[in-house]
Amino acid sequence: MKDAPGTRDYDWWLVAILAAICALGVIEIYSATHGSALVGMHTKQIRWLVVGVVLMFALSRVDYHLIMDQAPVLYIIGIVALLAVLLVGHTRFGAKRWIPILGEFLQVSELVKLIIIIVLARFFAEVRTDELSLQDLIKAGLIVGLPLALILKQPDLGTALVLMPMLVVGAFLAGLQWKHAAAIVLIGVMMLPVGWHFMKPYQKERVTSFLHPEEDAKGSGYQVLQSKIAVGSGGFWGKGFGNGSQNQLGYIPVRYSDFIMSAWAEEQGFKGVLLALGLYMALLLRLVQNAQRAKDRAGMFLVMGVAAALGFHVLVNVAMVIGAMPVTGIPLPLMSYGGSATLFVFLAIGLVMNVRLRRFVN
Amino acid sequence: MSYWFRNDNRLPQVRLAAASYVIVGMITLLLLGFWKLQVIDADKYGQLAERNRVRSIPIIAPRGRMLDRDGRVLVDNYPSFSVLLLRDDAAAVEKNLPAIADGLGLSLDDLKEQLNNTEKLPKFQPIVIKPEATPADVAFIESHRADIPLLEMLMVHRRRYLPGGFMSHASGYVGEVSEQQIEASNGKLRPGDFAGKSGLERQYNDLLVGTDGMRRVVVNSVGKEMKEMRLTQQEAIPGKQIQLTIDYDLQDVAEKAMEGKKGAIVALDPRTGEVLAFVSRPAPDPNDFAIRVSKEEWQRLNEDEDHPLMNRVTQAQLAPGSVFKIVMATAMLETKVPPENFTAYCPGYANFYGRMFKCHIYGKGGHGEVGIHSAIVHSCDVFFYNVGMRLGIDRISKYAKMLGLGSKTGIDLPSEEPGLVPSEEWVQRVFHHKWYPGSTISVAIGQGAVTATPLQLAYMVGGVASGGIFKQPHLLKDAPNVGEVRVDLAEDTVEQVTQGMYGVVNEGGTGGAVKLQGIEFCGKSGSAQVMSNNERSKLGKSLSQNKDNAWFVGYAPRRNPEIVVSALVEGGEHGALASGPMARDIVKAYYDKKAKKGQGDYKADYQQHKFANGTPTEVAEEPKAVSKPDQSTAVLAAGLPKKPHAN
Repeated sequence: MKDAPGTRDYDWWLVAILAAICALGVIEIYSATHGSALVGMHTKQIRWLVVGVVLMFALSRVDYHLIMDQAPVLYIIGIVALLAVLLVGHTRFGAKRWIPILGEFLQVSELVKLIIIIVLARFFAEVRTDELSLQDLIKAGLIVGLPLALILKQPDLGTALVLMPMLVVGAFLAGLQWKHAAAIVLIGVMMLPVGWHFMKPYQKERVTSFLHPEEDAKGSGYQVLQSKIAVGSGGFWGKGFGNGSQNQLGYIPVRYSDFIMSAWAEEQGFKGVLLALGLYMALLLRLVQNAQRAKDRAGMFLVMGVAAALGFHVLVNVAMVIGAMPVTGIPLPLMSYGGSATLFVFLAIGLVMNVRLRRFVN
Repeated sequence: MSYWFRNDNRLPQVRLAAASYVIVGMITLLLLGFWKLQVIDADKYGQLAERNRVRSIPIIAPRGRMLDRDGRVLVDNYPSFSVLLLRDDAAAVEKNLPAIADGLGLSLDDLKEQLNNTEKLPKFQPIVIKPEATPADVAFIESHRADIPLLEMLMVHRRRYLPGGFMSHASGYVGEVSEQQIEASNGKLRPGDFAGKSGLERQYNDLLVGTDGMRRVVVNSVGKEMKEMRLTQQEAIPGKQIQLTIDYDLQDVAEKAMEGKKGAIVALDPRTGEVLAFVSRPAPDPNDFAIRVSKEEWQRLNEDEDHPLMNRVTQAQLAPGSVFKIVMATAMLETKVPPENFTAYCPGYANFYGRMFKCHIYGKGGHGEVGIHSAIVHSCDVFFYNVGMRLGIDRISKYAKMLGLGSKTGIDLPSEEPGLVPSEEWVQRVFHHKWYPGSTISVAIGQGAVTATPLQLAYMVGGVASGGIFKQPHLLKDAPNVGEVRVDLAEDTVEQVTQGMYGVVNEGGTGGAVKLQGIEFCGKSGSAQVMSNNERSKLGKSLSQNKDNAWFVGYAPRRNPEIVVSALVEGGEHGALASGPMARDIVKAYYDKKAKKGQGDYKADYQQHKFANGTPTEVAEEPKAVSKPDQSTAVLAAGLPKKPHAN
């Protein structure tokens, strides 16, 4: 097996799209923080981006088949890490999600997302039938279920939710039968009250305030309202870089991270949103194209797992910013400030590059 | 490497293509969401963002100052801070109210009551919860900007009057507008605004108030003002300064003369109607009302038996006593009833309609045979009883009204009283019976039902001595449209009446004690009974409680006077003794000043007065400021009240 892909084989279009999105992110982080106590955050973000790019290229060099070979080991590592977080993890923002690595706090669940993408891809690649059997579907569900339960325990609803689209997209591509899909949806709906029962009070509050924003003027309903005001007041042309009053005066909650799209939309207007969402669409479509051209099913599942995770991030985050979904704490890939989240995205793209580099080989 | 992935290049191309469509659909839906917010509802959210970041704080326009005729500042302003409560967020107000009450040292119940009272006003209008902030309050507000973002400081201008109630009934006072006034003002007035409540403050309120401006500041999400972000602000337009006819020097003499007494002094220039001095005592200190007057204090002032809130110059309607004899003499000389050479014998009393009427000299002999001149000079009641009986009430009434009694003089002050001139028609209308001829005898010496204000008496005497030219009294200098009433009086009438009043002072008359060297000081005294002797004994009140009111109306020179002073001391007993010297001193001060001015060594300055908070007063930098074009036009538009005394 020849393994010497040249630089020509990298998806430079994908790299260009990523670079553009990162640039928007850095610009808006700068705009959102330059006048505040958080000044300098954009340079930190650039540092994370550099680390991410290095990791991306490094990961692309190791044949993904070799990585997927180690799927069971990775899975065990992931589970152990999640347990470790629960036992000795560092509490930040009221939830145990962080363990210190390299002097920085890293969010373990970001690593677990990556592992689950690999594990699921391996699992579905080994399914030989054209139609996904109920038995295999349940197995896949269990594979995802265990880490999902552990992440929920932290508690981190947002990250836990990200595991679901990976499962759904994987199962769909593995030949999910419509009757099974229908049954799952049905069971899901029936389980909603149970799920509600297990939700933390702050999670319940977020859901209620999403459903009845006017009843919660200062909590998360307030956050969403301020976000909507920011977005709406931006208008078509935007208020201009550094001129968003909602952004600069701190009305937008965590404007440099989860609500960065709100800050961007205020300052750059609908035209800026068009650019940003256009880039995300290009990114996702490019990923699907890479999946279509993958050499084998394993590569295809790997790429689509990444696409599912990123697509879900974009959807949930952006929908939250415009008040179309509850506040979940899911960042916007590569625009939101954050070390762990940024590294996750670059590593995931590293896997995609990996698959792409080997599409003609064999 | 194991080969678990062998021979599996069958990719689900259809389902992958479907995924592409899902992505495009998802992004499209999100874009539609943004389109809705950013294009369709952009204006709405733009306004919400603006309301978030911009806080509007009124800039209070200072009220116009009041200057005396020489440009000395009589009523001024000083800066002060008020605490505003922002009420947009009702829940936050509710939550923080106890902390606010505690921090500012206010009672929580009062604060709640105030909130309830202002419930009907728009929520975006802040309310004043503490009119005068202490340094501790300022510190409290500044240090709690983040956790109690509901308080704001407002720079206001407080009114400052000369201390001790100096000229206070003329200047009047200001007070916070009531909720009813706010509702009636069509949004022009806000809670905490001040408006003139009485006196000139009220009369010329529209001139004195400026137009408040608006300072718009940017606030961040925790309510902190962003000083570096400047917004256009609407500057306040200060109220217009008004110059009064009051002469501080004369006013000061008058104030000192009335110190501790109950009564009034008003000095007019009959040639122009200008009011030179205006004192009513007892007087409240309007500085006490400049912030906020407590309910108890207000009640006390209203219930005070001495009626300190009453403006005695224009509102004390009292029997004019012997001063009324000027009306009688004029009526007699004009109608020739009885003829000019009529004399009466005064043994100290006279009998009419089976009743005895005393002369003021009763018990000390009598005036003997008196004609019109000595009757005025010695104020012989018996002479005027006879004249009154011959004239009859209707002619007396006609002349009293002609000379300005019984109707408002039209001075530019609110709530002037007209006094009363009785007539047959009046008795019929009010008491539904015929006029008793005996009443005419009392009216003839200014007793009975006839009443007049100190201002009316000055106006009347000034008018007669000016040969029948009555100028509308006014306090606003350079006032346009000063009303004038010309009463056709015979030259001989004016000559005889003024000779009489000259005699009062200069020929050993009742006012002999107030003679002035080198000045043609004339006048007429009056000692008016507060109630008749009969009434007095019926009520059983001690005499001291109902001592006669002492009047003296003096003027100089004898013909076409430059100054006329009406002085009233309630319970002063003898007009010539209690009130005469007051009138004399003011006339003397007037001539002294005139002499100094003539020699060129007069300089307008204050005596020893200082404003209430200790800052010395000053001569206004530019007294001519009042005649700036915009101001004079405003004055023109305002003008004087319509003059009710008409010929």
